[in-house]
Amino acid sequence: MNLQQTEPSITRKDDSQEKQKRMIAGHFDRLACAQETGQKVVYTFVPGNLTELIGALGMLPVLPEINALQSGMRGKSAGYIAEAEKAGHSEDVCTYVKCDIGMLKSGNIGPTGTRLPPPDLLLLSYTGCFTFLKWFELLREEYKCPVVMLHVPYQPDGHITDEMRTYVVNQLRTEVIPTMERIAGRTLDEDVLKQWLDRSRLAEDDLVAVWESARHRPSPIDGYFGGVYYIGPIFSAFRGTDAAVDYYRSLRLEIEERIARGEGPMTPDGPATRERYRLVIEGPPNWTSFHDFWRMFSREGATVVASTYTRVGGLYDTGFRHDSARPLESLAEYCLGCYTNLGLPSRIALLERYIRDYQADGFIINSVKSCNSFSAGQLLILRELERRTGVPGGFIESDLVDPRYFGKANIENRLQSYLQMLDANLQRRSA
Amino acid sequence: MNTVHDTPGRSDDPAAPLLARAQTLVTDLSLSSVHAWKTQHPDGLIVGYMPIYIPRPLLEALGCLPVSLFGGGDQVDIIKGDSYFQSYICHIPRSTIELLQSHRYDVLDAVLFPSICDVIRNLSGMWKLLHPQQLAEYVDLPQNFSPDIGGRFYRLEMQRIASALTSRGARPLTDDALREACARENVRRAAIRDMDAIRARQPWRIAASEAYLIIRAGGVLDTVEHTELIRAFTAAVAERKPRIYDNVRVIVVGSFCEQPPIDLIRTLEKAGCDILDDDFQLGLRLIEGDIDTSPNQDPLSALAAAFIDHGAATASRYIADCEKGAALVHKVRTLGADGVIFAAASFCDPALLDQPMLEAALDRADIPYTAFKFSENTGQFQVIREQAGAFSDSVKLWGKVA
Ligand code: SF4
Ligand code: SF4
Repeated sequence: MNLQQTEPSITRKDDSQEKQKRMIAGHFDRLACAQETGQKVVYTFVPGNLTELIGALGMLPVLPEINALQSGMRGKSAGYIAEAEKAGHSEDVCTYVKCDIGMLKSGNIGPTGTRLPPPDLLLLSYTGCFTFLKWFELLREEYKCPVVMLHVPYQPDGHITDEMRTYVVNQLRTEVIPTMERIAGRTLDEDVLKQWLDRSRLAEDDLVAVWESARHRPSPIDGYFGGVYYIGPIFSAFRGTDAAVDYYRSLRLEIEERIARGEGPMTPDGPATRERYRLVIEGPPNWTSFHDFWRMFSREGATVVASTYTRVGGLYDTGFRHDSARPLESLAEYCLGCYTNLGLPSRIALLERYIRDYQADGFIINSVKSCNSFSAGQLLILRELERRTGVPGGFIESDLVDPRYFGKANIENRLQSYLQMLDANLQRRSA
Repeated sequence: MNTVHDTPGRSDDPAAPLLARAQTLVTDLSLSSVHAWKTQHPDGLIVGYMPIYIPRPLLEALGCLPVSLFGGGDQVDIIKGDSYFQSYICHIPRSTIELLQSHRYDVLDAVLFPSICDVIRNLSGMWKLLHPQQLAEYVDLPQNFSPDIGGRFYRLEMQRIASALTSRGARPLTDDALREACARENVRRAAIRDMDAIRARQPWRIAASEAYLIIRAGGVLDTVEHTELIRAFTAAVAERKPRIYDNVRVIVVGSFCEQPPIDLIRTLEKAGCDILDDDFQLGLRLIEGDIDTSPNQDPLSALAAAFIDHGAATASRYIADCEKGAALVHKVRTLGADGVIFAAASFCDPALLDQPMLEAALDRADIPYTAFKFSENTGQFQVIREQAGAFSDSVKLWGKVA
């Protein structure tokens, strides 16, 4: 998600990109001197992150998934994974976990080259992924620091019940917030939290406008490869900050300007010159060959108009917003609503909606070996979506940060054949 | 470590008929005993459930027969199931889908999916899509163990399940029926405890592979019938004439969901391991203690409290305050085991993510262990036999792994 540190090849830097880069650099600077400044550090996960609470209590978040993907992009993940496997971690499990543990065992050097501070608290927001639970049990063994667990129930039927919301709110009120206050050494000021939530809402409005811009032809954004840049601030350390409000406002304006100029999205090779295919993508990207992967699409004129991965840290385009009038309830609903916390039928319905709303010509599932949360059931998603929409789907397999599972030639071949088939389809339709 | 062992399946073995019955119940993928129950109880619902644990007394109180589903093991050829799952996902969901798509689960009125991992979780959604006529419910077991928070949520979750089943024709839930079902469960649990105690003290009297069959048979029986089977088996093994072997005493961990083939368990035994305890059939043993059935106690809260306060430590349960692995070390010490064998299903996230922490706890306690992975349809046991044999020899010789 926060890719800016490792982004060598986007040719024209927009104002928003420069902003994001400065935001991230500043955050890692603050982390680097957290032990001197006394600022407390909270490790937590992207889905269900409680950034507003962390921020309102003056603490700094660290997102281990983001460190892992950064390590993947910087070519470090293979070594880290090997380190973890040497220490006894199975080759079968999520590579984010192993990458993180390998990084820790290799000195915990973060993406900017500075050492990350150890956590003062592990905030286990258990949302949408079973591995999270194990991951922080493993980190607790390493850091011997306090952990607070927030169990977020699953949404099997695509709606939030009162029981679910109350369960999460009760945990926040009686366990999570008191523990955070103890670590932070101060009491939560509800007015301050409300201000954070109001700012979150502003940024969320602008992010949704960015997503919805992909309804235009050509789409001014790539909602997957480009989209992972757009979610950087809001899914990580910045939701609820002035900087995030400013970032999303700039991003939205830039995209509106692109629409006015009739421009397509940026790609690793510069602005896209044609929009041949409009695609929807399900599943996380591969990070170790991210730009190669992206080019496989962009060089064929394939633009991703919507994706589900960019909804793992919050599903705003179905209407959710943080709400200062109901602070804890809305935090609970945020956690409950993350994409991977939705039952398979709801995931299919969302993808179906994206295919229709964004007038996609096809959809691709990138199934990653690491992630049962995403991957188990994707072959049924493929069939169901084809059946419901009549739009053909493609299926490719890779991994997040383990380069052993990114078979470039194989993926390229599959994608080429899929796009050829799509071509034939499109020609038939226009004939 | 001088132990004695009986030969299972000998014609003069007084437990042989009981084991044969259990074996038939376990391997009968057509679920004929379940069909028979349905004929006898036309108004009752059959409720299947995936591993590990579901509050069975709740289902029995609703007049339902809970049926544990453990996939097809090594008995089914996977024809349809593989087209639903990528190669890097464990095997049990494939054989489960295979059985579902070949109509072997048509007898089920409802299926419950407890929250143990993302595969079972997503399988619940697949089931809803593939068989919408069956009620498929995900059961969110709490990971918060405060009675007022996690306990309260879980109580509501059970109420939700009860209402969903009642709307499908199950009997309405009453306190008395639930209290009685909990009492029956306590009796069964005591019978299992007694059997396990014999097995731990005198592993030559009850082999793990036998205990496995006897307990797993309970997955298709009602509580009373199962209790009778366990009690009859326990009585029968008391009559056995032991033979002496020099075996190593081990605990097997990691097979709480996808089940190893029975021949794999027997392979470990043949390799010289007395398995004093295991988590193969954890579901029926998960509650460590009695459910409170006193008349002044709300039985649904009591059932929730049993899980919150007395749920066994396992990979899918968050260990909040205790040291990871402490429960395993304690078990090794109490049972006087010599070591631990980790046997996880390939690609089983909970077991495999848990394992390094348990290994670390064993290292700290200087307890030897070995580890392998399996699949429910593993057919070759030679490598595992050699590994278990080498482990057993080295523990016997040096008290640790060489
Ligand atoms: S299993 Fe999937 S969702 Fe969970 S940590 Fe790994 S990549 Fe993330
Ligand atoms: S074997 Fe493990 S990963 Fe597979 S369904 Fe069972 S618990 Fe989940």
